[in-house]
Amino acid sequence: MTEIIEFISNNLNMIYILAFAIFLGFEIISKVPTILHTPLMSGSNAISGLILIGAILLIRVTPSDNYITLILGTCGIIFGTINAFGGFAVTGRMLQMFNKKNKK
Amino acid sequence: MTVFLDLIIFVSSILLIVGLRKLSHPKSANNGNVLAAIGVGLGVMLAIFYPLETENNNYLFIVLGIIIGGVIGLISAKKVPMTAMPEMVSLFNGFGGFSAALISLIWLINNNAIGGVSDMSVVLSNLFLGFVAFTGSMVAYGKLSGKLQDRHLQIPYATVVNIILLAVAIAMTIYFAYHGRLTTLELSMFTVLSVIYGITFVAPIGGADMPVVISLLNSLTGITAAISGIMTDNKLMLLGGVLVGSSGIILTMLMCTAMNRTLVGVLFGSFTSSGASSGASGSATEGTIKEISVSDLAVQLAYSDRVAIIPGYGMAVAQAQKITKDVENLLVNKGVELKYTIHPVAGRMPGHMNVLLAEADVSYDKLLDLEEANDFLADTDVAIIVGANDVVNPAAKEDPSSKIYGMPILDLAKTKNVIVLKRSMNPGYAGIENPLFFKPNTKMLFNDAKKSLEGILSELKEL
Repeated sequence: MTEIIEFISNNLNMIYILAFAIFLGFEIISKVPTILHTPLMSGSNAISGLILIGAILLIRVTPSDNYITLILGTCGIIFGTINAFGGFAVTGRMLQMFNKKNKK
Repeated sequence: MTVFLDLIIFVSSILLIVGLRKLSHPKSANNGNVLAAIGVGLGVMLAIFYPLETENNNYLFIVLGIIIGGVIGLISAKKVPMTAMPEMVSLFNGFGGFSAALISLIWLINNNAIGGVSDMSVVLSNLFLGFVAFTGSMVAYGKLSGKLQDRHLQIPYATVVNIILLAVAIAMTIYFAYHGRLTTLELSMFTVLSVIYGITFVAPIGGADMPVVISLLNSLTGITAAISGIMTDNKLMLLGGVLVGSSGIILTMLMCTAMNRTLVGVLFGSFTSSGASSGASGSATEGTIKEISVSDLAVQLAYSDRVAIIPGYGMAVAQAQKITKDVENLLVNKGVELKYTIHPVAGRMPGHMNVLLAEADVSYDKLLDLEEANDFLADTDVAIIVGANDVVNPAAKEDPSSKIYGMPILDLAKTKNVIVLKRSMNPGYAGIENPLFFKPNTKMLFNDAKKSLEGILSELKEL
């Protein structure tokens, strides 16, 4: 129990962010036209490519001779980057087709 | 210096929030995507250069990883055909989840699998959710791309099995968290359990419900990013991950509403318990099938006042969107009022058809959503169904024993003539018979949708 209280007091900032971000996420996506469901899903999916940051931070504190971790970490970076780069590129491609339309 | 770096985190958080907001409005969506990408990019740059307490940096591995991942990501995003978009999103999402799972494994290895209650529960839930998002997305990918069939993935008592697996996973997390350490064997067991749960969680869910599942798994990957943010004390990951997580849940709900299904229904529901009802619906499919020739159809179209095109996944598969647009042009020149009536979940994802038709330069104002579409269809001479099936199945209205009973459909009961372009009599994605094909005002044109439309096009040119 004491450890849980300690965890909360140590991470108060993070808990604030957590609470506000939950409500923010609910509010941002209130009314979305059907046409944007797929691009929005794809775009928000690309945002979860942020996971890449975690892999970078962990690999930076890994001892340089710990090859198992380094290889796992590099894989983590590769997959995270595919998620981020691929996600934004695919979303851009989908939205580009709507834009082409607007100009005509 | 660190104040400056913290400011960058603040800026990229704002970019993510504004970007996501703009992504949900048609006009600003493209800007939103760019802003969000800059936000993530800034965050990644910062993670590379931010000063840490024990730096070994290992920049070689980081740069290598980003280059390899970036090239694979960009190339596959560029190469993927528009039709395969939904499964591509699912694949990318799975990779994100896998990355989260790897991060948890690395944390455990770096800390010799020893940690306090809070650390361990955070890391283990991240490991579990990451693998679930990974294998779940892979199964969804398999189903959408047609590599996995629903019937190959029947799990007896799926709901019970899943509840037991989930309960075991939670119990293991709590036990290991209090225990404070894991042996390699225990870690492997936990990993295997997570991998299996992802499969058994998605496998029994019907192919037609995959969009909802992908949206849910997308939300789950967001949550793993948030948890990874807590693990590595990174505010941007926490914020971005939670945003994706909570907005993803809202998006999932919106999709469920569009399909008139509840989330619980999708996850544990009626679609999965197939087999029993397929026999019962046999009575509704009595009647004869009438075929129509390409030339008859062309004449009928040319002399109609109002024509509706109902696109479905078959249009995507046949790549028939451009030829459809050509047919539209010819008919409009002949004075026909032509609209595309689009069901919210036509195709494999909400909005799939809109994307496809936009690619073929079909104008916005010709696309009708469900309500407008049904008004239009009630007074239409000819409705051409291009590869749609379940979204026009009248069983959803008429047959309470049907698995899709209650789902809103494009109602063709009042439409004078219904023409179905279809390759064969095989049932649609939900795997159920469609009594529409046997109705007196329905005629079938069996062929690849693109070939049929090309035939119609050349006949129309000669009229």
